[in-house]
Amino acid sequence: MAKVKSLADLKKMKEKLQSDISLRENSKHPEGMVRVKVAMATCGIASGAKDVMEFFTVNLQKRNVDAIVTQTGCMGYCYAEPTVEVKLPGQEPVVYGFVDIKKADEIIEKYIKQGEPVDGIIPVNYETIDKK
Amino acid sequence: MEKIKVKIDNRLVEVEKGTTILEAARKLDVNIPTLCYMNLGDMDIEHRPGGCRICVVEVEGRRNLAPSCATDCHDGMEVKTHSIRVLNARRTVMELMLSDHPFECLTCAKSGKCDLQSMAIKLGIRDIHYQGEKSTYKPDFSPAILRDMDKCIMCRRCEKMCNEVQTVGVLSGIYRGFEAVVAPAFERDLDHSECTYCGQCVAVCPTAALTEVDHTNQVLRALADPAKTVVVQTAPAVRAALGEEFGMEPGTLVTGKMVAALRQLEFDYVFDTDFAADLTIMEEGAEILGRLGKFLAGDKDVKLPVLTSCCPGWVSFFEYHFPDQRDIPSTARSPQQMFGAVAKTWFAEKIKKDRKDMVVVSIMPCVAKKYECTREEFATGGNPDVDYSLSTRELANLIKRANIDFNKLPDEDFDGPMGESTGAGVIFGTTGGVIEAATRSAYEIYTKKPLDKVDFKQLRGMEGIREATVDFNGFPLKIGIAHGLGNARKLLENIRAGKSEFHAIEIMACPGGCIGGGGQPLHHGNSEILKARQKAIYREDSGKPIRKSHENPSIIKLYEEYLGEPLGEKAHQLLHTRYFDRGREIVIEADVKEEQ
Amino acid sequence: MSENIKQIRVALRNCGFINPESIDEYIAADGYEALGRVLTEKTPEEATKEIIDSGLRGRGGGGFPTGVKWDIARKVESDQKYVVCNADEGDPGAFMDRSILEGDPHSVIEAMAINGYCIGADKGLVYIRAEYPLAIERLKTALDQAREYGLLGEDIFGTGFNFDIEIRYGAGAFVCGEETALINSMEGHRGEPTFKPPFPAQSGYLGKPTNVNNVETFANIPVIFNKGAEWFASIGTEKSTGTKVFALAGKINNVGLIEVPMGTTLREVIFEIGGGIKDGKKFKSVQTGGPSGGCLTEKHLDTPIDFDNLLESGSMMGSGGMIVMDEDDCMVSVARFYLDFTVEESCGKCTPCRVGNKRLYELLDIISKGNGSNNDLDKLRNLGEVIIDTSLCGLGQTSPNPVLSTMDNFWDEYLAHVEDQRCPAGQCKDLIRYEVIEENCVGCTACARNCPVNCISGERKEIHHIDQSLCIKCGACFEKCRFNAISVS
Ligand SMILES: Cc1cc2nc3c(=O)[nH]c(=O)nc-3n(C[C@H](O)[C@H](O)[C@H](O)COP(=O)(O)O)c2cc1C
Ligand code: SF4
Ligand code: SF4
Ligand code: SF4
Ligand code: SF4
Ligand code: SF4
Ligand code: SF4
Ligand code: FES
Repeated sequence: MAKVKSLADLKKMKEKLQSDISLRENSKHPEGMVRVKVAMATCGIASGAKDVMEFFTVNLQKRNVDAIVTQTGCMGYCYAEPTVEVKLPGQEPVVYGFVDIKKADEIIEKYIKQGEPVDGIIPVNYETIDKK
Repeated sequence: MEKIKVKIDNRLVEVEKGTTILEAARKLDVNIPTLCYMNLGDMDIEHRPGGCRICVVEVEGRRNLAPSCATDCHDGMEVKTHSIRVLNARRTVMELMLSDHPFECLTCAKSGKCDLQSMAIKLGIRDIHYQGEKSTYKPDFSPAILRDMDKCIMCRRCEKMCNEVQTVGVLSGIYRGFEAVVAPAFERDLDHSECTYCGQCVAVCPTAALTEVDHTNQVLRALADPAKTVVVQTAPAVRAALGEEFGMEPGTLVTGKMVAALRQLEFDYVFDTDFAADLTIMEEGAEILGRLGKFLAGDKDVKLPVLTSCCPGWVSFFEYHFPDQRDIPSTARSPQQMFGAVAKTWFAEKIKKDRKDMVVVSIMPCVAKKYECTREEFATGGNPDVDYSLSTRELANLIKRANIDFNKLPDEDFDGPMGESTGAGVIFGTTGGVIEAATRSAYEIYTKKPLDKVDFKQLRGMEGIREATVDFNGFPLKIGIAHGLGNARKLLENIRAGKSEFHAIEIMACPGGCIGGGGQPLHHGNSEILKARQKAIYREDSGKPIRKSHENPSIIKLYEEYLGEPLGEKAHQLLHTRYFDRGREIVIEADVKEEQ
Repeated sequence: MSENIKQIRVALRNCGFINPESIDEYIAADGYEALGRVLTEKTPEEATKEIIDSGLRGRGGGGFPTGVKWDIARKVESDQKYVVCNADEGDPGAFMDRSILEGDPHSVIEAMAINGYCIGADKGLVYIRAEYPLAIERLKTALDQAREYGLLGEDIFGTGFNFDIEIRYGAGAFVCGEETALINSMEGHRGEPTFKPPFPAQSGYLGKPTNVNNVETFANIPVIFNKGAEWFASIGTEKSTGTKVFALAGKINNVGLIEVPMGTTLREVIFEIGGGIKDGKKFKSVQTGGPSGGCLTEKHLDTPIDFDNLLESGSMMGSGGMIVMDEDDCMVSVARFYLDFTVEESCGKCTPCRVGNKRLYELLDIISKGNGSNNDLDKLRNLGEVIIDTSLCGLGQTSPNPVLSTMDNFWDEYLAHVEDQRCPAGQCKDLIRYEVIEENCVGCTACARNCPVNCISGERKEIHHIDQSLCIKCGACFEKCRFNAISVS
């Protein structure tokens, strides 16, 4: 990987990374990717997030859903771990709490594949720095 | 230096920037009580952990109370040292300390000399409002030091001495909270640590948490046994400090009274370790000259410098920490052991006694000597050369128990022949003394010229490391002096690195030398006392008719009658020793412990 | 945005959004831009001033203005200086710092480099507790990535500025989070505090000027440069700007990590964000500030949370633990619980903390067993005040807070324990009595058969009796009785 040698380098790199991401996630194009983020901090892992992540990775592929599954840090909802954020192409992300294998299966089959709402959504209760 | 003004108890005082509240108050003769604080200014030893919190004062504008020992003054500061808030806090802190302390003053070894006890008196403690569980630890009996940590107040003075001054590193704070205590790692016994028994921890402990092992009862029993001939030897530094135990000014010489007291205690022979010190010079001096001669002749196998070996604390130190260098120190035994070996052979033959019927007692300023007596190489057939070693403090107790009014005793003289000594023997008691004594004799023997001035002032003083060059008839003899094991370590590391330029080095484990030994009357952190003792030692020296060891008539006679030549075969057998690699010992023992 | 949104994610801006193991995602989220801009566009003095202007105060507990601290370290002349990140986080139940390091390690690395530039240090150390393996893993990964990208190491952004970071592991002693103890521990000494001054900024790690900041403090730094000091200062209150992360715990519905602007009230945190008290019970108290914070009550619920208000109410901000208690919690037991912790965690160096806290604990224990007197309450207060007044470090200077604040706010409960030998919350085992309600007892013998110490007597179909002198208060009879004939008091 190339070294960042100046501020301009960094900015170029950032723009490229950002546009890659938005291409993948925000295009309304039907081939757009589904993005699944699993909260994998100590609290999440302790509640079984590893298994959930594994389930998503394996099953989304098996069921031919074009998706990327990544880990992320603590979302703050310790009472509802494991928590998973799902973002369908061109839509706002939603966060599910208490996600076990059964729930994960339901999320894939109903929400991801058919866009039908699934119970267990944790409403967004914070502002991000960009909005503020 | 910038001057600042502070107001303490409504009185103004001007001090230099960087002065603590405690020091500023002392300028006004306001004596804020302290417990953990210790300052041996002349030896550059200052300890202020800020742990006991007895010294707290109220500072205008500050949220909480300030520890005066650790808080610097600032300009315009207003301090109250006895407001009701301060007095209540100080009393409460003291009560807390006492609430975790055994109430054993009546039977305690430290009673009457205990800083904690004096503090309770000073603060007028009549009641302890906070009571509860007391922390208890397993007692630790070593050959020389008794650790009773139930009486520890966590002032950490011992730790300072052991780690920073002596750099031995045996004692440190372990455990947390209420269980916190100062101990060797893994709460091992001292006997299973690298402890040198230098006794500096004992010398500064404000309570009876650290005391020397008491041998007075064994000595009393020996004295009462008609079958035993009990011989006593007194080390040079004892006479310069014993008086303090009887209320005399520090620096009062009590040689004659001490001899009288020992006689009243019914020792059969009252002898002087100074005699053995003169003997040490004969052997050590011969060794220095021998090695120097060979070195100058180009012998590559000879190592320099020669290090003195009369201090058992120092001997243990290099056995543990510099075992690879153990071929450098002189092989001469300490004066205590030379005395014992000669007393139980030459003198025993003279008085026609079997060594088993003789008991040799030493009076020492030292804790390490107790341990030295127990070393196996200093015994014949299980019978030790020196049976018991008492500290200066123990001797004082013994005298008091025998109802002797020490202050009113007449001056008496030592018995012959092992009571005869020179000024050179006396100065063994202070830092710089051993090497000065050796120089006096070595000079005359080497140059074959009489010395016109015996006082080598350039070797005297209190700085931790000193060096001087003495002109040996054109040959510049380079001499080093270190007292305190931390200073010794520095010189030794130089030697190990091949950077040392000295020909001979004197090392004593205790700061100040034996006058500051772990068995001396407690100095309670006042280094003026050590300086007064040092002066007394040099006074005794200059008052002696003979001031060079090789001129001691009894020593001459001893060689003629019995030993032959210095470094000769007999001398070798009785007056020299060998050293062990103890560095490994500790590691192995630690492993065994872990396996168990 | 709807009215009931109280949280703003500043320190946690990337936590739960980006993949913490991907530096690319961090860069895509404006990462390292602040460092780049500071290095190329600002002098150390200007950058430090930006932090001063932001009003940021230390999130590790003390609330000392971060910029001012940097400025002190910047002005001390020295050939070598250090930046230390305090990730010891020893408060039981707190995990704010862990979450940041697990969720957004690059933000801390970036901030430490900025800090190094401002004070003139080329070396940073993260002191992290060894019990945080995941955080350590992610931090290591992030450090490797930053080095690979040239964002750590030599000549960063082509400016000639060098900076690198090492990890040091803490053994998990609470007191090692205190900055002087932390430095002692990093130097290989016993982890115990030393008195200040000298402050670490004057003489810290290896005797060199050292700036110590908390993880969350650092996490705020890049945002301040990206969004401006003014923007940051517009959040929160005048004297406490920005946000604070709290770990909400205890008898509350939505346990978790939250981040609110300073000035949010306790009521908003507990009842809106936290979703109120579990099982519909009544709110009793909230404890802030970790083990040596105070217990606040109903009357403090509308106090806006900031450093100064919490201190004034007899508690403190601490590092952000927040534990909610309900009507079933006995405040004497709560105080005793915290004291138990401090007695264990005191380093033992100074008398008031080493012995005093033990005696405080013992007094509370006596009281909770019903053996206390009014005199003991006086002692408790005096002792608590003296410990605060005379202790060496922050631990002892705050450890009596749980006692003093519960005495201030729940005095009646203390009185009930000593005067009536009664525990109003029914928590103090020794003060509970199980008694047979004679009207209800049918003599079924279920209680007697289940009593582990056989202290219930009575013939079949006759009224039973409990021998109080033998009862161990196990509660078995209460559970087994199907006729509601056992009372608890
Ligand atoms: C007993 C005690 C424990 C502490 N523990 C921590 C800790 O775990 N983490 C932390 O960041 N600060 C802790 N502190 C505060 C630190 O001493 C120091 O003030 C802080 O790291 C400075 O960073 P800040 O200015 O960013 O808050 C503790 C203080 C005390 C007295
Ligand atoms: S150590 Fe001091 S206070 Fe303690 S019992 Fe002995 S004399 Fe008394
Ligand atoms: S006697 Fe000396 S070496 Fe042994 S513990 Fe005490 S100070 Fe350390
Ligand atoms: S053993 Fe003595 S010197 Fe050492 S800390 Fe305890 S009281 Fe102080
Ligand atoms: S200097 Fe003297 S008192 Fe100290 S250990 Fe050595 S011989 Fe003993
Ligand atoms: S207050 Fe407690 S933790 Fe702090 S130095 Fe004193 S004993 Fe140690
Ligand atoms: S279980 Fe209830 S009803 Fe039955 S004997 Fe006991 S108290 Fe009476
Ligand atoms: S003498 Fe000052 S704290 Fe002990």
